[in-house]
Amino acid sequence: MAQKNRLTEGGRIDRSKPVNFTFNGHPLQGYAGDTLASALLANGIRVVARSFKYHRPRGIMAAGVEEANALVQLETGDRTLANQQATRIELYEGLSATSINCWPGPNFDLMAINSWFHRLMPAGFYYKTFMWPVAGWKFYEHFIRRAAGLGISPREADPDQYDQMNVHCDVLIVGGGPAGLAAALAAGRSGARVILADEQAQLGGQLLNERCEINGKPALDWVTTAETELADYPDVTILRRTTTFGYYDHNFAGLLETRTAKLTDGGEHTRQRLWHVRAKRVVLATGALERPLIFSDNDRPGVMLANAARSYLTRYGVKVGSRVVVFTNNDDAYRTAIALFEGGVKIACIIDTRSAPDGELPTAALALGIELVDNSTVTGVTGGRGIKSIEVMSLNANADGVTGVPRMIDCDVVASSGGWNPVIHLHSHSGGKAKFDEARGLFIAGETLQASVCIGAANGEFQLDGCLKQGFQAGKKAASLAGLKKSSRRKLPVAETIDETPARILWALPTTKPIGERGKHFLDLQHDVTVADVQLAARDGYKTDEHTKRYTTLGMATDQGKTGNIPGMAVLAQALGVENPGDVGTTTFRPPYTPVTLGAFAGRNVGVLTDPVRMTPMHHWHELSGCTWEDVGQWKRPWYYPQTGETMQDAVNRECLAARNAVAILDASTLGKIDIQGPDAAEFLNRIYTNAWSKLAVGKCRYGLMLREDGMIFDDGVTTRIGENHFLMTTTTGNAATVLGWLEEWLQTEWPDLKVYCNSVTEAWATLSLCGPRARDLLTEFTDDIDLSAEAFPFMALREGTVGGIAARIFRISFTGESSFEVNVPASYGLALWTQLMNAGEKYGITPYGTETMHVLRAEKGYIIVGQETDGTVMPQDLGMDWILSKTKDFLGRRSFARNDSMRADRKQLVGLLPLDKQTVLEEGGQIVAENSTARPLPMIGHVTSSYFSANLERPFALALVTDGRSRMGEQVYIPMKDRNIPAEITSPVFFDPEGERLNG
Amino acid sequence: MLLIPCPFCGKREETEFHHGGEAHIERPKDPDALSDEAWAEYLFMRTNPKGVFLERWVHLAGCRRWFNMARNTATNEILGSYKIGEKPPKGAR
Ligand SMILES: [Zn+2]
Repeated sequence: MAQKNRLTEGGRIDRSKPVNFTFNGHPLQGYAGDTLASALLANGIRVVARSFKYHRPRGIMAAGVEEANALVQLETGDRTLANQQATRIELYEGLSATSINCWPGPNFDLMAINSWFHRLMPAGFYYKTFMWPVAGWKFYEHFIRRAAGLGISPREADPDQYDQMNVHCDVLIVGGGPAGLAAALAAGRSGARVILADEQAQLGGQLLNERCEINGKPALDWVTTAETELADYPDVTILRRTTTFGYYDHNFAGLLETRTAKLTDGGEHTRQRLWHVRAKRVVLATGALERPLIFSDNDRPGVMLANAARSYLTRYGVKVGSRVVVFTNNDDAYRTAIALFEGGVKIACIIDTRSAPDGELPTAALALGIELVDNSTVTGVTGGRGIKSIEVMSLNANADGVTGVPRMIDCDVVASSGGWNPVIHLHSHSGGKAKFDEARGLFIAGETLQASVCIGAANGEFQLDGCLKQGFQAGKKAASLAGLKKSSRRKLPVAETIDETPARILWALPTTKPIGERGKHFLDLQHDVTVADVQLAARDGYKTDEHTKRYTTLGMATDQGKTGNIPGMAVLAQALGVENPGDVGTTTFRPPYTPVTLGAFAGRNVGVLTDPVRMTPMHHWHELSGCTWEDVGQWKRPWYYPQTGETMQDAVNRECLAARNAVAILDASTLGKIDIQGPDAAEFLNRIYTNAWSKLAVGKCRYGLMLREDGMIFDDGVTTRIGENHFLMTTTTGNAATVLGWLEEWLQTEWPDLKVYCNSVTEAWATLSLCGPRARDLLTEFTDDIDLSAEAFPFMALREGTVGGIAARIFRISFTGESSFEVNVPASYGLALWTQLMNAGEKYGITPYGTETMHVLRAEKGYIIVGQETDGTVMPQDLGMDWILSKTKDFLGRRSFARNDSMRADRKQLVGLLPLDKQTVLEEGGQIVAENSTARPLPMIGHVTSSYFSANLERPFALALVTDGRSRMGEQVYIPMKDRNIPAEITSPVFFDPEGERLNG
Repeated sequence: MLLIPCPFCGKREETEFHHGGEAHIERPKDPDALSDEAWAEYLFMRTNPKGVFLERWVHLAGCRRWFNMARNTATNEILGSYKIGEKPPKGAR
């Protein structure tokens, strides 16, 4: 029967607009205005999911954000969303959802066998079982991952777009219930820039679930009037379907707005927007969440929150059952009994843990003829897949046990209420403290660190009239504090105040046997954490809620314990014999309040926009040449240029031979270039670099090494004196920004007296590096104003002139060991010059080479790469670079050479390694041992830092850092691999042209 | 997320800045005059108070200037920022 639990009238749904959807493949119908949960209940569907650990059947237990059971997989394919709360999914035409945590389906689940073995899975089960032996984890993991379930993430890329907004406002109001709306009206009337955000599609908050009145008329009429008024204020923004998921320092909030009611509607709109809001004042009108009563088998389908039962009736016109028991410790749940009774739902009885409650609401309920069973508790539930009946007994004098004769009551729903918890999550996110209100057994917001205030139910004010008053007051005050003093004389709305008598706070409710021995008292329904688990944690020595929650996983599911945390803390306090639950700690809530789509955090920064790509002026030429790419930081650099049929090694061999025997060209534009000017520039370099710079002649280049203050190598590069007070520093490609930052830091914070200015010019220049015996022949064709002869233009010198008609700087510096010319032209001429050099160079056999060949050539010469031969623990002495350390001046890091650690005899030193078989290219990072043994582990004496095959040497070779390496020349060492030890000989790290004659050629 | 008052630009989002550790650690004028212990103190040892902390920041994605700031590490309250060479704000000393 279609929608058998739908009332014929009432509710805030549109019966003229049926909506078709499927659940677990079954076609069903609801109405516009439904949530998936209300539509499922209207169709009489009771079991919607299985629990996480025990796979027990579970039904819908809430009507909003606190739902812990009804998690579904929404849609399939690239838009699928996992673990969505059915209570928060607005129903739309064609919606398709399936249960999670169960296979083959929620009514028959193979994993339910776990619940028979629950004694084998107590609190701390994972820790106790898997901490030893270590290898055991691999065995268990397979089963746990399968059994643990939860939803499936999409395999395909998200087809939707997400946006991000960055805004400022005077007053941010979180929550559009009576208090939040009143605050928005007051702030709006002051002329403040206001953002009012509410997670639901409709404003009104709890008013949507109630039948109360404001100004003697239905409360929702007042909501509509308020919305209309707010819409008239140009500076008021109302964000519906917008969850404020995080509240951070200095009044910064993160909001997630869902813009398409239908998940499959993407394409036209961005699907969601992430709002970054910086507010002058924040008003938290976040309401309260009802907490359940904790009784034996309180997870059975049909056990739900009293307010949820009321919401389904009032808001959605749905009867949650045909015979409902209301189980409470407070007056508010009587509203549910009255609403359901008047809506035509049979109320089996009201069970109250209190004796003879006599407040206005209980009196009104009794006047309707509803039976009251007082001073009693539910001691058991019959019916695994849906309640059939409950057992009820009287509480004993201490309320720690039951007494008398059990009574069975037939029913299909237990609507329970343990009182209300103010939603202080956001207050807590931003560093606010929680205060335990002993009289009412709830936490309210204490001191805040922000310019914020909690109002209404979030502040423990549960009377409608009080909420309205607090709202108006807070809105006006927030606007005033934000600097807007305009006042309004409009009359404030009024609502009836109904006095409520105090609740009776009992946490875990007793049954006929000790807790844990008859049924389960669930605290955390999503993670299946019970009262017995928390009591066990206390016996295992856990003393605070923060530790207990990690041990038991209480509150660590996606709902973050919205219903279970407070009772859980109270149970822990009782188990530890602590009187005040606030004394075992107040849980610090963390963002996000509800899950946020990763796509929203990414915004537009996806695909090619994930990270900027930096391209050199010659990028297009490289691309056409078919090179492979290496990412160096954000730069794209040609790795090697394979010709048809070549492997990587073939290509690199060819490029290496060309560089040593003919002419080869490298795009070196990515090298960091910092222009340094000022009268104190040379003195500054003296302090930054290990060697001396004052006497460097204009037009000369020098290699420099920078250290951190702890003496470890930080960067290296060649710096050239362009003028008396003008230097051009080069840095490693990946470190350019860091080095500039380093220079600025010292100049600004330590030596502000030095007159020096630094500027990055990396992207201003295209750098074309020609090397090899024919490089000079080729370049001669391109310049008539620079004498390129070795005598006129020696190694480590700069000449300025023209190359191919373009103003150029040529540096005779080399990273390959060959005679080289590094030609720098303005970036916009780079591609033109490169193309001309390639054309003219054809007759010399010009060969473009990439970073791999560059690495091989420099390693043949024993030149280090910072970040490859160094790792932040390497000093110049370790690399045999004592020659670059000035003895006549101070420089950064020098004093650290005298530290004990720097003087150790067993420091690792740079050496060469030659694999004895002349075939094996060692793995970079491979560990080095002295002993040829199959035993493991072996003492490690070093590691391979660079390793290549050299076409010039016709063999593989490597660089390595080895303990006391320089005294081990000629020694045989071993690089253990999985199946063998590779023998190698320790050599000098310079393999090619050790005298450096070719550099000057 | 902090709202940081750059002394040169005004209040800006924390994402524009980079934290530079404890402020007012001066590089010794004559490092050789220091014992190993004193040099290690300068190199490695920093205070880590719960409360007011004088720290360095650089407005990396802004004016690129370094400055000092007094921040309460327990509450993230910012007592003020000041230029290099200036004195911390009152109440932060
Ligand atoms: Zn700035």
